[in-house]
Amino acid sequence: MNTAAEFRGTDRYIATEELMAAVNAAMVLSRPLLIKGEPGTGKTLLANEIARSLHKPFFEWHIKSSTKAQQGLYEYDAVSRLRDSQLGDPRVKDIHNYIVKGDLWEAFDCDVQPVLLIDEIDKADIEFPNDLLRELDRMEFYVYETRETVRAKHRPVIVITSNNEKELPDAFLRRCFFHYIRFPDSATMTQIIDVHFPGLKRELLHEALSAFFRIRDTPGLKKKPTTSELLDWIKLLVTEDIPPEALRSDDAKKLIPPLYGALLKNEQDVHLFEQLLFLHRRNAR
Amino acid sequence: MLVRFFFLLRSAGVPVSITELLTLLEALQAGLGDLSAERFYSLARTCLVKDERYYDRYDRVFAAHFKGAEDLFSLLQRELPEDWLAKIAERKFSDAEKAEIEALGGWEKMMETLKKRLEEQKARHQGGNKWIGTAGTSPFGAYGFNPQGVRIGQAGGRNRSAVKVWDKREFANLDDKVELGTRNIKMALRRLRRFARRGVPDELALADTIDATARSGGWLDIKMQAERHNVVKVLLLLDIGGSMDDHVKTCEELFSAARSEFKHLEHYYFHNFTYEALWRDNRRRFNEHIGSVEVMRTYGTDYKLILVGDATMSPYEITQPGGSVEHWNAEAGSVWLDRLLKRYPKFAWINPQPQSRWRHTASIEMTREILEGRMYPLTLAGLDGAIGALT
Repeated sequence: MNTAAEFRGTDRYIATEELMAAVNAAMVLSRPLLIKGEPGTGKTLLANEIARSLHKPFFEWHIKSSTKAQQGLYEYDAVSRLRDSQLGDPRVKDIHNYIVKGDLWEAFDCDVQPVLLIDEIDKADIEFPNDLLRELDRMEFYVYETRETVRAKHRPVIVITSNNEKELPDAFLRRCFFHYIRFPDSATMTQIIDVHFPGLKRELLHEALSAFFRIRDTPGLKKKPTTSELLDWIKLLVTEDIPPEALRSDDAKKLIPPLYGALLKNEQDVHLFEQLLFLHRRNAR
Repeated sequence: MLVRFFFLLRSAGVPVSITELLTLLEALQAGLGDLSAERFYSLARTCLVKDERYYDRYDRVFAAHFKGAEDLFSLLQRELPEDWLAKIAERKFSDAEKAEIEALGGWEKMMETLKKRLEEQKARHQGGNKWIGTAGTSPFGAYGFNPQGVRIGQAGGRNRSAVKVWDKREFANLDDKVELGTRNIKMALRRLRRFARRGVPDELALADTIDATARSGGWLDIKMQAERHNVVKVLLLLDIGGSMDDHVKTCEELFSAARSEFKHLEHYYFHNFTYEALWRDNRRRFNEHIGSVEVMRTYGTDYKLILVGDATMSPYEITQPGGSVEHWNAEAGSVWLDRLLKRYPKFAWINPQPQSRWRHTASIEMTREILEGRMYPLTLAGLDGAIGALT
């Protein structure tokens, strides 16, 4: 067993056994770790927490629909160089002045092993992952302008998140480790809430959780509420000082749990939920 | 043992490659998986399976392959913990069902039969009505329909020594067996892209800059241009309900691929065949109609028309006024389809029904005639053909 530091979750991030195993395997073999899962299950947070708990520098590269793979490596600022040459700036002699390092290069250059987060890789163009194959495999790339090869000093721990908006190419997947973060069950959820709201009243926690899972189990919801939304909601409940009794479902007057806006994010869902509760109440009579 | 496991995974349709097997061996060598069966299970899954769709298949292969080899992992018990099963049954059965069990010889008897079956059974089994396995109608096994079924491998909770993780099959509903992934569909749809420069000029126009700089006698004159965007416009009409229910999954994939590929995508639904009205939202299909004429007026001839439907119906629904199954149509469906095709000269009909069955359905043949043969199956080759017809 590698004696290097192992990831075991942190004081504010609860990781399941399987997730810890995946993270540690990816670290030991220095392969990128691809994380998928429902939105709001802490995919993005994971990399941050790995860096925090193992005291490694943290780099993040957020991907947008217009992001090109090259931007993560470096960009050659030809326009400023051209302008400088016209103004007679002495900087123009050295091409290195016009190479702007990207996040990947910064991470490669780091003196200790860093953690690099490539967030929401599925947002980019469909060819994007293919352009990063060699870089992720060999952890090196070639700078054409200066004719030099940049190699990672320490192979970074790379965490890649995806929301499944686009499917990733096989060649890319083959180079990654993969883990799917499942939606936490109610025991794990209790732990997660404990970590975020220590000293929350048991009763309130119980009522909030059962209300939450009841909403999640409603069939036909467009957007199911997730962990991060539950945390937001509990924060609101605590600040508004809502008593636990108000959350109980058999209270016929209050159809919808208070401050539902934190959980249900579009009006069709609210409408659907109201209708279901109405039917439920009518049947109960 | 691992090599056989590897080939079993492949034959179960999980796309694993040699690279991934080598990675797993490397990980084992590094000492990552030697603690327990659970640890090995999740490590191997991390290395070998790259899509949550395949988790369920992986679980099944894992269970089948490592059955009997479990004593290698000292943590696992070979016997089914009896009181655990009893407890589960207590909880899952209603009083009426319990009475039924009594009628059939009682709980004891059932447990006895279960044990006997377990001994008889050599391999894992799925379906059927006698053996223990999943998805069958035998009283033993999970996900079955027998009211007195003993639910093996369907428990919740975190007590991992009682029920094996892979037997829980929690990813059962993520599996999909459709041949076309959205990635393939998107790759096919890419050929429809039409680029044009619109919007904010934020890209250096190199040729223009050189030209302008030369004209101003060597003084740098930078020219910018807008980025290229895809400007193809698509009008997508989807058949919904009835016989299309079998194809919902593939159509959803096609739709979501098209949705992310084209910025100008307008979609409407119809039922069986095109008539005077279409709708946008299926939940409000009976009160929020939009006239087909209105649609044709709104979207110009530069739109490309893609119809998705199985064209499987009674021929009267195409040829006769009043032939529609759900409302009175004053004009025949074929008249309306003709109008649409005249308005949008670039059109294609994509049919999820396998091509081999087309000739046996009169309505498909009739529709193809109206379409001048531009009907394509919902496969990669078919999509390629359809896109050829659209460009």
